Amino acid sequence: MNSLILIIVSCALINNVVLNQFLGICSFVGVSQQMKASASLGGAVIFVLTIASAVASLLYDFVLKPFGLDYMKTIVFILVIAALVQIVEMFLKKTSPGIYKALGIYLPLITTNCAVLGVALTNVKDEYNFIESVFAGFGTAVGYTIAIVLLAGIRARINESDIPKPFRGAPVVLLSAALMSIAFMGFGGLSV
Amino acid sequence: MNKYVERIYNGVVKENPTFILMLGMCPTLAVSTAAINGIGMGISTTAVLILSNVIISALRKIIPDEVRLPAYIVIVATLVTITELLIEAYLPSLYEALGIYIPLIVVNCIILGRAEAYANKNTVPLAAFDGIGMGIGFTLALTVVGLLRELIGAGTAFGFQVIPKSVEPIGIFIKAPGAFLVLAIVIAVLNALHIENRSNELVNGSCDGCCAKCAKSKANCKEEGAK
Repeated sequence: MNSLILIIVSCALINNVVLNQFLGICSFVGVSQQMKASASLGGAVIFVLTIASAVASLLYDFVLKPFGLDYMKTIVFILVIAALVQIVEMFLKKTSPGIYKALGIYLPLITTNCAVLGVALTNVKDEYNFIESVFAGFGTAVGYTIAIVLLAGIRARINESDIPKPFRGAPVVLLSAALMSIAFMGFGGLSV
Repeated sequence: MNKYVERIYNGVVKENPTFILMLGMCPTLAVSTAAINGIGMGISTTAVLILSNVIISALRKIIPDEVRLPAYIVIVATLVTITELLIEAYLPSLYEALGIYIPLIVVNCIILGRAEAYANKNTVPLAAFDGIGMGIGFTLALTVVGLLRELIGAGTAFGFQVIPKSVEPIGIFIKAPGAFLVLAIVIAVLNALHIENRSNELVNGSCDGCCAKCAKSKANCKEEGAK
């Protein structure tokens, strides 16, 4: 149990997926202009990343590894993730329109979000078992959500500030991300 | 200008994938800790990009429009797997340095973006030169960012000591925050010089942070947004 909590803390804070590993940068800077959209995207990412880690882990352990198809993992994972997101979308639409309404438009966005493939590949590299992979996926997605919601909050303030002209737009957002990244480096001090 | 030379000029200068189109930000930020890593990543991506452009252009009349994206992804993922195995076999130190970012070339916006925006509409030789141009542009950009970070953060260039050891390097530049910092300053310089770039589209999500839907090029996203 302890090791699972450590995995979540490590994935969410210490090795934050956006601020430390630079995965999912595009949606991180692209969607963070509104707090509500950021939170919804975060929810969708938590949902998809947890399921995708579980499916990828099962596939790797029971199909790819026993048949010696280890080298096929990139191809298999990307196709499975793309298909999975479609299925999740259809399933939610049918069974829980409430959740679908909140997360729906963000689900297709996640298909090619590099964080999803990144987590699946990292889990394999770190030789996580099924349970550990699910927790790692969940933790990573929580880290993503924390980062994007924080950045959305900062950007709401930035919009009202007087920024030097060349720094308006992307540069100041990236500078904010840099400062957040420095703050998150502090979590590296946690001895896990 | 010869149309093949024009493709190279377009990729390196006019539509530089990193500095102008703002595509493929994840690898740009992640592997630019040293100039040599930037070159390694750039060349790997270039190889995949040229081959994927050629194959997709050659198959452009065979692949049905409705299933083109899955087809492109399979082609790109195959090429990336081959590249990954070759790097692992022949350049183990580069393989260690780039790690997970090699398989992640699959989801690099530049590759699917060029397939959608150029390769599936043009002839094989033109698509090949487009890949070469874009690849060189990406490699140069990664090398420049990597060199800046390495110089400031470690005092070296391509591994050689350039700034005397008595000058303390600013270590943060080769750590994660340095990537955001250098990119922010590079874009600010471009803005100050009035060089038109798409950085605002990147942060205003005008195409939902395109990477997510990155099968489409920025230009296509714009058209769709207009609809």
